[in-house]
Amino acid sequence: MKVRVFVSLKEGVLDPQGKAVEHALHSLGFEGASDVRISRVVDLHVKAENAEAARKKGEEMARALLANEVIEDFYVEVIV
Amino acid sequence: MKAGIVVFPGTNRERDMAQAFRVVSGKTPQMLWHQQDNVDGFDLIVLPGGFSFGDYLRSGAMAAHSPIMKAVRRFAEKGGYVLGVCNGFQILTEAQMLPGALLRNAGMRFLSQDCHLKVEGRDSIFTSGWTHGDVFRAPMAHGDGNYTAAPEVLDRLEGEGRVAFRYCTAEGHMKDSDEHVNMNGSARSIAGVLSENRRVCGLMPHPENLTEEILSGTDGLPLFTGIMEALG
Repeated sequence: MKVRVFVSLKEGVLDPQGKAVEHALHSLGFEGASDVRISRVVDLHVKAENAEAARKKGEEMARALLANEVIEDFYVEVIV
Repeated sequence: MKAGIVVFPGTNRERDMAQAFRVVSGKTPQMLWHQQDNVDGFDLIVLPGGFSFGDYLRSGAMAAHSPIMKAVRRFAEKGGYVLGVCNGFQILTEAQMLPGALLRNAGMRFLSQDCHLKVEGRDSIFTSGWTHGDVFRAPMAHGDGNYTAAPEVLDRLEGEGRVAFRYCTAEGHMKDSDEHVNMNGSARSIAGVLSENRRVCGLMPHPENLTEEILSGTDGLPLFTGIMEALG
């Protein structure tokens, strides 16, 4: 089953990469762009009985390694 | 003192670290490969700088879950001394053996230059070679050194004297929002922290690279003399 883990910086955690991209967007003429944040998407396959079990596996992996919960939030989607 | 230096794929400052210990003790620490699963018999374990596992995912994330880190955690829980410098500090935060996390430098640039540090930690072998409030020069070389933690965690670190080192000017002034002083944007200018029992220390700059006159100074030497005096 295909699982997609979204990892993003927690609100309030500074995202220098997002800031730099925002500046670049402004210099390209997209003056309206603001609050740019860069996140990470991890796609993977897991062996699981059903979608719920696959989602649980994804969450376990996020907690163990894919996200650092000190600075990041995550959510998991099962893609059927 | 029996010191071990952990080597991960991508570690690159292990020899600098070994040399610093040789200078103060005359003994060469043992190199420990990351797949090893015990660190029994050591007095101090050092996680040196570098780019373990290519800094993939997050700096230190993969190394934090390697077999040797399980052993290092057990070692620390039993009261063992652990020092992490640069990537080693990142690994210790990823392993949650130290609070907080190290984000991308605020200015986005990799910083390879000297900085000044103020010694603030109390009751620790990692700061005992200096006098509280001393200022010393240290080289830094990192892309992810921007220390962050929840405000209540920062308050607690400060309240318990567990901020080991802070970035400052050569005269010892802190300026959190000045990119020439707090170059990577760290919260409250924090460059190094101590664990609750003060036996685990992590810092971003590299005192080991200023331990002999031939390296242009010995400003970093007190880190190693302090450890030596405590552990023999």
